[in-house]
Amino acid sequence: MNQSLDNDTISYSRRIMDALRLDPVLLALLLILASFGSLVLYSASGADSGAVLRQGSRIVVALLLLVAIANVPLRVIRKFSIWLYIGGVLMLIAVMFFGEVGKGAQRWLNLGFIRFQPSEILKLAVPMIVSAYLANRVLPVGLKELVVSAVLVVVPVLLIARQPDLGTAILVGSAGFFVLFLAGVRWRVIISLGILLSMMAPLLWKFALHDYQRNRILTLLNPENDPLGSGYHIIQSKIAIGSGGVYGKGWLNGTQSQLDFIPERSTDFIFSVFGEEFGFFGCVVLLLLYLAIIFRGLYIAAHSTENFGRLLAGALSLTFFVYLFVNTGMVAGMLPVVGVPLPLISYGGTSMVTLMMGFGLIMSIRSAKRFLV
Amino acid sequence: MSQREQLKDDYLENRLIRRRLVLAAVFTVMLLSLVLGRLYVLQVLEYEHFSTLSDSNRVRIKALPPTRGLIFDRNGVVMADNLPAYRLEIVREQVHDLDATLEQLRQYVEFSDQDLKRFKQSLSRRRPFESIPLRLNLDDEEVARLAVNLHQFEGVEINARLTRNYPNGEHAVHALGYVSRIDERDLGKVSEVDYAGTTHIGKLGLEKYYEKDLHGEVGIQQVEVNARGRTLRVLSESPPVQGNNLYLTIDSRLQKVAEKAFGDNSGAAVAIDPNNGEILALVSMPVFDPNLFVNGISYDNYNALRDSRRRPLFNRALSGQYPPGSTTKPFYGLLGLESAVSTRDQEVYCIGYYKLPNEERRYRDWKKQGHGHMDLHDAITQSCDVYFYDLAYRMGIDRMSEFMAKFGFGFKTDVDSTGEASGLMPSREWKRGHDGMPWFPGETLITGIGQGALLVTPLQLANSTAAFAIKGLRYRPHLVKTIEKIPEYNRIDIVSQIVEGYSLQRESNWQHVHDAMVNVVHGLRGTAHYSIGRDIQYKVAGKTGTAQVFEVAQDEEYEEEDVIEKLRDHALFISYAPAENPRIAVAVIVENGGHGSSVAAPIARQIMDAYLLEPS
Repeated sequence: MNQSLDNDTISYSRRIMDALRLDPVLLALLLILASFGSLVLYSASGADSGAVLRQGSRIVVALLLLVAIANVPLRVIRKFSIWLYIGGVLMLIAVMFFGEVGKGAQRWLNLGFIRFQPSEILKLAVPMIVSAYLANRVLPVGLKELVVSAVLVVVPVLLIARQPDLGTAILVGSAGFFVLFLAGVRWRVIISLGILLSMMAPLLWKFALHDYQRNRILTLLNPENDPLGSGYHIIQSKIAIGSGGVYGKGWLNGTQSQLDFIPERSTDFIFSVFGEEFGFFGCVVLLLLYLAIIFRGLYIAAHSTENFGRLLAGALSLTFFVYLFVNTGMVAGMLPVVGVPLPLISYGGTSMVTLMMGFGLIMSIRSAKRFLV
Repeated sequence: MSQREQLKDDYLENRLIRRRLVLAAVFTVMLLSLVLGRLYVLQVLEYEHFSTLSDSNRVRIKALPPTRGLIFDRNGVVMADNLPAYRLEIVREQVHDLDATLEQLRQYVEFSDQDLKRFKQSLSRRRPFESIPLRLNLDDEEVARLAVNLHQFEGVEINARLTRNYPNGEHAVHALGYVSRIDERDLGKVSEVDYAGTTHIGKLGLEKYYEKDLHGEVGIQQVEVNARGRTLRVLSESPPVQGNNLYLTIDSRLQKVAEKAFGDNSGAAVAIDPNNGEILALVSMPVFDPNLFVNGISYDNYNALRDSRRRPLFNRALSGQYPPGSTTKPFYGLLGLESAVSTRDQEVYCIGYYKLPNEERRYRDWKKQGHGHMDLHDAITQSCDVYFYDLAYRMGIDRMSEFMAKFGFGFKTDVDSTGEASGLMPSREWKRGHDGMPWFPGETLITGIGQGALLVTPLQLANSTAAFAIKGLRYRPHLVKTIEKIPEYNRIDIVSQIVEGYSLQRESNWQHVHDAMVNVVHGLRGTAHYSIGRDIQYKVAGKTGTAQVFEVAQDEEYEEEDVIEKLRDHALFISYAPAENPRIAVAVIVENGGHGSSVAAPIARQIMDAYLLEPS
């Protein structure tokens, strides 16, 4: 009796999910993460419920976009890829000339009614266009496809890197790279690319990086060199995380966070707040939650019926991982300070919207399998 | 061929992509393990280290300076207290551009280069987030101007702090001394912990001597601060303990009378209770306002004080050294009798000068025509020099030095204050050590009338007089009568210490000299009779003195009008009263006052009058 009722409830909600073309597992994980994130944000913002409400409304908007995109048929998305990409690149060029400057970088484009960063579009457009391009080709990719894809990736990456926005450039670049990787670029190509890059590293160091970027890398190697300047972030962040211990100081009780010792504590450095208040134990749980989301994305990719979906869902999931790795690595003092937020937890709307739209694509890919086969 | 290349094999491609997806999954797990490993190191292995760092980040120790102990006179009149004064203070860590801030502050409040210099000195040795005073003692108008504009300045504060105040201004300044801002030299001497937060320290006098008592115990406050150093809450606190209160032996009323009695004269007067060594009044004229020093005296004010011809900063009572002149005669007279070199009735015929056998040099008497027949009594009463030349010649310097030392000549009294000079009682040994020359008989004569190398401080002279008054028993003079221990408010009386004095062979010897001293004031031929003895209501034993500043050549006469004031003789007077049962001993020196009897004796009398006739 009870059992059947439960079954009814489950099948009822599953029907709703199916009708909305959503993946219940992924959605549940995202919702858990987002609510978790709101709790952390409440603490990190100094118990500012206004900030949490603003972030909450962004989550709602982002979820609506997720649902909307999940309901766009995959073939439409695939066709649309080329236009999104072209539009995105054109806007990046426009930013070069008309962009607004914020925090020392020219990233924002003001269209009158809306003000946004075109680079965000490329986070989706690059994996989409490369996936769409490779989907019809024979895999593993040949030389010609490799070159075309590489150009598709490198052009927007360079445009973004010179804004300068190293974090986004890394994310866009890796998204494109992941498509190629999944499409079976040969190992010898990957390895020689790696060797080439490391050989070019001194040149990149000298010519491609800005002073502040070089400093950040130097600081990472030895933060105590400049404890009040660029090393301050890293030192204070490490103190916060380390002093959290195994079980943490408790929610709202992190002294490093609550007393303002952590800079950017509600945005890029929110993970140090989390680490201080929830300890190693909390960090393990949080990272497992992230891993579950990534694995769900990879699972959907593996079960997609066509290459476009496989490549795109895989690349987006792996890009999500790059967010996580770069951010936690930076906060824990393993990687240089790069402006990459902790996905779905850091305060701010831009990355939240882009990420949720990405998950909308993944859900559309999952539905495509069900509805097209 | 090309056809086959175009052929897509979905099964193979799916396998390829899946293989790569699994690979990627493994890769993500590996990288995340790396992050977790890092977190494990930070949060588990190095937890202690970071936990300590985190605490030292947020917890700051603040020193709470104690309130300085109060100083009262012997009757409870406040001599030194503490008043709240507003200070402009700056927390360096909270100011971004110090120079710009200072420049802007100048619009609202003045501060001198000296303030700035002191401020920068303090800055260099501050504790993190300590507020450093830039200007002390803001007046109401300055406070109002600043308060309105304070919001523009981060890290700039107006704080009310208790600051030393001398309510009577220059009154008794040389007895009290003063406090001033701690400087580099002081820092080496005091414990950094005890003086954390303390800005002032005793620089001179009692304030310095009793610094340990007056300072109190520093309090400690543990506070939690945020990254900008703002105090958010107090975690624990041990309050400071106020310094001990001092009750002086000084009688403020008597002190005032004495200061007033000097008029425009420079000099010093010390009054001591001979029965216990308590200093009833300690005057050095002219005086200055110690409050000037508390809040950082300006260069101009300081230079004016320092360069003043009358040297108000000089504590004559303790540091001034003067030839005692004829005030030594009672002591030598007593020695003559005690050592049986002389008798009461033995006479000397005074012809206005004295000559050593086989020497041509004349040792003059102050009275050119001579005193005629003089016994000891008359020689003291009329202050005959020739009598004492002769006595000294017969006693010899060795006996004199030994005897005078027992009355404290040539030794510090060990008074509880700073800057005391030791005076000088010459002897053969001293002479040899001083210039390698042997002692000449003529020097014995000069010493015998209190001139030559012999020097005393006014305090010493008063103390010797007090010892004489009670027949040779000598106390250590002291300025503090009672210490009130805080926080228990236990009153601990300072026990009067007896130091080595002189024990009489025969009391009648002392009585004989004493009677002569009474006659100095009360006898018709006494040197102080005319100036103070005619209408006095109690019995006084005294002795006048005139100390040469200017050495008169052998063939010249000292003519007062010919000598500029600076080189004029000092006037001295010692006395104790009531003669039958002495309660007060006084020594007065008036610099360049000329005749001792006319200038110094009236001052001594006013002090004695105030003490004996109008008891508080």
